[in-house]
Amino acid sequence: MSVDRRQFLADTTKLLLLTGAASRAWAFVEQGRPQDAPGYDVHRHWWAMFIDIEKCIGCGLCVDACKVENDVPPEAHYSRTWVERYHVPDRDPLDPLAEPQPRVDSPDGGRHGFPEIYPPGTGGKSFFVPKLCNHCAHSPCVQVCPVGATFESPDGVVLVDKDYCVGCRYCVQACPYGCRYIDPRTQTVDKCTLCYHRITRGLTTACCEVCPTGARQFGDLKNPRDPIHDLLRAHKVQVLKPQMATGSKVYYAGLDAAVR
Amino acid sequence: MRELLRDAEHLIRLGLLFAAGLLVFLVVRAQLVPAGFGELGHFRAGAIGANQEREPRFAGRAACAECHGEPAESLAAGGHAAISCESCHGALAAHAAEPAEIPGFAATARALCVQCHAMNRARPAGHPQVEPVSHAEGAACTDCHDAHAPGL
Repeated sequence: MSVDRRQFLADTTKLLLLTGAASRAWAFVEQGRPQDAPGYDVHRHWWAMFIDIEKCIGCGLCVDACKVENDVPPEAHYSRTWVERYHVPDRDPLDPLAEPQPRVDSPDGGRHGFPEIYPPGTGGKSFFVPKLCNHCAHSPCVQVCPVGATFESPDGVVLVDKDYCVGCRYCVQACPYGCRYIDPRTQTVDKCTLCYHRITRGLTTACCEVCPTGARQFGDLKNPRDPIHDLLRAHKVQVLKPQMATGSKVYYAGLDAAVR
Repeated sequence: MRELLRDAEHLIRLGLLFAAGLLVFLVVRAQLVPAGFGELGHFRAGAIGANQEREPRFAGRAACAECHGEPAESLAAGGHAAISCESCHGALAAHAAEPAEIPGFAATARALCVQCHAMNRARPAGHPQVEPVSHAEGAACTDCHDAHAPGL
């Protein structure tokens, strides 16, 4: 291979100025066909989820659909998504200064619904909170991975490289939302991928597909025509544990202060 | 200048040692760092593709409507319009791919209805709920209601 000085200088400048991804895209630009960057473009999406607490009826169809779609082991403690029932009792009239402690339950991850355990007339309020990986933009789990096996994809999804995960469990401990587990079959970590195999094919996630009330909505924040923008505008939304500044992309509407 | 290069032999040896060390480092690094690592960030770029490989199990309602036009239309017209076919009928991407080989799943009524419509205080106030035991005295839900277009 012979390289003249001009070529050498051009290549070196490119190498110094451009990142790996940019120089790969540059190859297409040089050939005059930048539109030929192949298939699904990770740089053109920024996925997020919107959850309306006031619409969730606790049917558990999302939990079941997730297990089926992603081959998640059946036990409740292996869950990519689950539903919690919160019950906040009324204040005790004899001790009005005591803050009522919320009770949380999630039988079988909520997969088969919730048997009524708070009979009418016992006071307090109850509601359901669906949970899943928050796909943090500044994710604690990604920061602690010692081998670069978990990462924030350029489209905003936190994914796992199962071929390189060594099963050290650091990320399981680091996740403030408890969204990770070790798959007992492979001894590698597993978590919600936002149904990455579906969304890159143009489908919605399995949980959003089966949600009967539209409590779960999935959308692309980089697509200005996506209805998720209207939802985020029309509701007052919150993320879980905002004080941790994780850059969570799962937005909750109607979230009670009791939810952790 | 001559003074400076008097012991050049040592410098050359040192330089060679450094060069050899650098070479070893580069060879070992090339062996250990997987292909595509660092291309998009501190991870193997190929892992993104690996996460896309799985085949979907839920076909999505558009796929159902291609063959089952009539029930899809009555569903879209009624109170259950927001509900996907596969919410009740189960994951049927395999059936959608090979309708002749793999049968669909006829939803069994009562357990499915109750999953959303059994009385539960945690459900939002406007959601229609019944007491499954006393409501209609154990008759099948579909005796009175059409699951695709609910109401009486």
